[in-house]
Amino acid sequence: MREIEVSRIGKAIEDACGQMATVYSADIIRRIRSAAETETLPRAQSALNMLVKNAEIAEQESIPICQDTGMVIVFLKVGQDVHFTGGLLTDAIQEGVRRGYTENYLRASVVDDPLYDRKNTKDNTPAVIHTEITGGDQVEIELMAKGFGSENKSAVRMCTPAEGEEGIIRFVLDTIAAAGPNACPPFIVGVGIGGTFDSCARLSKKALMRPLDEDSSDPRYADLERRLLQKANELNIGPMGMHGRTTALKIQIEYEPTHIAGMPCAVNMCCHVCRHAKAVI
Amino acid sequence: MKRIHLPASRQELRELRAGEEVLLSGTIYTARDAAHKRLKELIEKGEPLPFDLQDAVIYYVGPTPARPGQVIGSAGPTTSSRMDPYVPLLCEHGMAGMIGKGRRSEEVRQAVMKHGAVYFVTVGGAGALLSKAITAAEPVAFEDLLSEAVVRLTVKDFPCFVGMDTEGNDIYDLADQCVSDR
Repeated sequence: MREIEVSRIGKAIEDACGQMATVYSADIIRRIRSAAETETLPRAQSALNMLVKNAEIAEQESIPICQDTGMVIVFLKVGQDVHFTGGLLTDAIQEGVRRGYTENYLRASVVDDPLYDRKNTKDNTPAVIHTEITGGDQVEIELMAKGFGSENKSAVRMCTPAEGEEGIIRFVLDTIAAAGPNACPPFIVGVGIGGTFDSCARLSKKALMRPLDEDSSDPRYADLERRLLQKANELNIGPMGMHGRTTALKIQIEYEPTHIAGMPCAVNMCCHVCRHAKAVI
Repeated sequence: MKRIHLPASRQELRELRAGEEVLLSGTIYTARDAAHKRLKELIEKGEPLPFDLQDAVIYYVGPTPARPGQVIGSAGPTTSSRMDPYVPLLCEHGMAGMIGKGRRSEEVRQAVMKHGAVYFVTVGGAGALLSKAITAAEPVAFEDLLSEAVVRLTVKDFPCFVGMDTEGNDIYDLADQCVSDR
């Protein structure tokens, strides 16, 4: 049994919120830079060059990359030999988000009631928390600050087994095409296949957090990722939807077992500002 | 690159073509979802608006809070289509332009053509860079809406593309061969 003070989890989340908002992860900015060099359409080049310059200013001056600093999603993996002390874990997580957003001058973008009141909670809480119990005595925290320009364009479809790979390809490309200029391309596209209606959606979000230089561990899915990326970039949506070759930076697929009657598929669209961080305690 | 001073004359706006890269300078107003809802309510009640809409350009933005010493925080465009339902009404009351990102409805296209207004688009996720082109920010109304409040901004060489011109041409529907002559 290992005791962990919950405030340590809160502090890790607080620090990550500030860092994610102002600094692109290296794998993303590298792809944006390389796309800026290969685009031939002037408008597309111009938009990508603005993103490169924006990244420099954001990092140097601690200005958020994007004003939509997102809603926080926390994925926790808690070793079953861990005992939390010093209060409720959930409270500590929300306190970490609260401090991370208010002390780093990030935007409060969460409303308390989705339909009627829509009153801003003023500190970007609550975060969405997913918890998984694993072996060992460590806590792994993965978090994401998801912007809603792209979240709004995400979709789940209960594909049938008969639709096969072709059905998945069609659904992913249709979702990307429907996202079009509105969701701030170039995109990173998270795809979750299998599980249930709800679990494939979660899987598609997890897929967004995998480093872009890592392909699916299954060569068949890795190959599908590459083919989908090529097809996405033939859609001529381009940076900011103003046409060009760079519609997506990467398609990331995660899969899991499912029912004999189904093949659920979720596509979680993410703009180029795909903010995620990881900490292990 | 073409430089436009705002508020611009309708004649100047008529000369703009979808796809052109432009630099905007002058005064613009921020407003997004919740502020639009309130502006509509004020118009419907016949009450005065908190700023003069005549020839005004509205920027769809909800910036991050300014750090001490900053004019404004990160300030890039939000998705414009959510404001589509308000455009005909605001155009009738004088609005000359909008700045945002993404596609607009047919209703917006008709309003833009009828009133000689222009829709500018800029780069989503470039809020740090765009904040550098904002030289002053002065609260105007609805401060309780936090990032959604209406703020009068002074901009200098704010980089945009003409998204929809007064003839209803749309940047997102241009054929590639018709792109910028740069």
